[in-house]
Amino acid sequence: MSAPVIEVAGLSVRYRTAKGPALAVDDVGFALSPGERLGLVGESGSGKSTTVLALMRMIKPPGAIDGRILLEGRDVLALSEEELRRARFARMSLVPQGAMSSLNPVLRIRSQFADLFAAHGERADGHRIAALLARVGLPAGVADRHPHELSGGMKQRVCIALAIALTPAVILADEPTSALDVVVQKQVLATLGRVQQEIGAAIVLIGHDMALMAHFVDRIGVMYAGRLVETGPVKAVFRAPRHPYTRMLIGALPSLTERRAFQGIPGVPPSLTDRPPGCPFQTRCPAAEARCRTEAPPARTVGPGHEAACHFAEAA
Amino acid sequence: MYLDYVIRRFGIMVLIFALAVTINFALPRLSPGDPVEQQLSQLMASSGGQVGDVRAMVESYRQRFGLDQPVWRQYLDYWAMVLSLDLGFSLANYPERVGESIAGAMPWTLGLLGMATLISFAAGTLLGGLLAWPRAPRWLGWFAAPFMVLSAIPYFLIGVILLFLGAIVYRIFPAGGGFPFELTPRADWATVSGILWHATLPALSIVLAQIGAWAIGMRGMLVSVLGEDHIVLAEAKGLTQRRIFLWYAVRNALLPQLTKLALTLGHLVSGAILVEVIFSYPGMGYRLYQAIQSKDYFVVQGIVLILSLSIAVTMFILDLLYPLIDPRITNRRN
Ligand SMILES: Nc1ncnc2c1ncn2[C@@H]1O[C@H](COP(=O)(O)OP(=O)(O)O)[C@@H](O)[C@H]1O
Ligand SMILES: [Mg+2]
Repeated sequence: MSAPVIEVAGLSVRYRTAKGPALAVDDVGFALSPGERLGLVGESGSGKSTTVLALMRMIKPPGAIDGRILLEGRDVLALSEEELRRARFARMSLVPQGAMSSLNPVLRIRSQFADLFAAHGERADGHRIAALLARVGLPAGVADRHPHELSGGMKQRVCIALAIALTPAVILADEPTSALDVVVQKQVLATLGRVQQEIGAAIVLIGHDMALMAHFVDRIGVMYAGRLVETGPVKAVFRAPRHPYTRMLIGALPSLTERRAFQGIPGVPPSLTDRPPGCPFQTRCPAAEARCRTEAPPARTVGPGHEAACHFAEAA
Repeated sequence: MYLDYVIRRFGIMVLIFALAVTINFALPRLSPGDPVEQQLSQLMASSGGQVGDVRAMVESYRQRFGLDQPVWRQYLDYWAMVLSLDLGFSLANYPERVGESIAGAMPWTLGLLGMATLISFAAGTLLGGLLAWPRAPRWLGWFAAPFMVLSAIPYFLIGVILLFLGAIVYRIFPAGGGFPFELTPRADWATVSGILWHATLPALSIVLAQIGAWAIGMRGMLVSVLGEDHIVLAEAKGLTQRRIFLWYAVRNALLPQLTKLALTLGHLVSGAILVEVIFSYPGMGYRLYQAIQSKDYFVVQGIVLILSLSIAVTMFILDLLYPLIDPRITNRRN
């Protein structure tokens, strides 16, 4: 295995709020080798977007980032403003959540490519933009359009084309398909996967559709209340999920064979400002015991590259 | 696409203008009695019969109105009059024509109110922009605070205070008029400085009252644009702060500011009428005020017509400019 392109350790994001500090991301760590695909899942509010924004060092006050992010060996949190600006999109790019509204409504697509190239001191000729558009399956004429003249899927593809334009080593894609209908979702995801492979970038894909994710990624990470509660190879996690929350997520999947009602997960996640001691999942966990209310479970290795933060991970 | 849009907008402008002319035509005819006789007798009463050759005026107006003609004929004639820019005579200053009266007042208004509005727009928008700039120095907030306070005070109150302080207590500036009495206007420095001298206090009262509002509007728009999703992507792309601010935030925030500017310019005369009245400034607002006081019906009518026309035209020009700033506009069918 080659050296990881990105290594994250002890990553925390804290927001100062009126009710005290809110820990939106809590001690998250993972590493990706070149070309590897990691999927991050978890219910909304579990800290997925905050995690990728923190990787880009884009958390605004009153938020603060802690921990260590090594991008190709460089400490992202220690970069100067200018070094950081140059690293963005050149080494690590983002397909933001809500890509539908992520293009400037008053600028033509062409200038939104041009200013990316200009910001990184590169020339932006029409051929280069047309070639990028072609790679994501868009006709060259799209360059002369304004965002409102494009469909949701097309805008999403434009965002993907932007994200691969400078051949970064890591692509962070935050729910790149959630606003699209199912057929277009699959097409856009396939395009993302193809171009990601072509440029050899590692990818962190955020999504809440476990089934769609399972087909796309190599490894999966499950987030709950700001923590990465389980990570592992996608096959292992689906075959033998070790954290009760993962089991419930997989159990909540609508199945094609069994025609039963879609099951949600009862209960709500704990408040981020006022965390109970012990395991964050204890309030909703069917297997919680006395120990879970006092002692926070550390991540335990339960298989090759497979970890789960549960006192009973080995037993499961 | 753009041509379609232009034609549609032009049609709306023509429609508004036609409506204004029609209402202007209809109003005197809808009022009971003979409008000419009524106006003249009122005038006689208020000025003690010292109006000059009333009989000749009645004659002239009857002919002008063609009150013996059928209504459709009168309507067409009225249109012909309006289109040839002939708005009739001033009752109070007969035989001055309404057109002349307006033409004499217009440059003063455009000069004073137009300049004052443009200055406060430019200064206020810039100030608001700087206030929202993430790296703005702290003293800027202190600098801006007095303007914010002033924007809550009506401009005519500021006008009265300035008049009191600058022209009565300290006698630095003239108390009224647009130009020194003793001078004959020529294209020389004395004329220009005389005009500027007289315009200073009224202009200042408008500028002081409006800068804060423009700044608040711009800052508010910028803050909301800076919170939009496309700013996140721009930042992630590694654009410089300056580029993001100017090309992604300011440009997008300017659109509503320009709308407001056009509306303000369109309502220039009616909007700041009190400033002209306070400083007896010889513009359209003051003229309108005088005309209403002396029941100079046709001057009022003429000025109102010009106002509706100027509003319709500014709206049209604005409609032409919009799509250049925000390309989404031409697509909206409404
Ligand atoms: N500016 C902020 N101030 C306070 N809390 C925030 C802020 N931004 C995000 N959060 C909190 O961080 C948590 C994680 O949010 P997010 O990362 O968007 O979750 P996800 O992407 O998984 O849906 C949420 O509970 C949210 O309320
Ligand atoms: Mg999210």
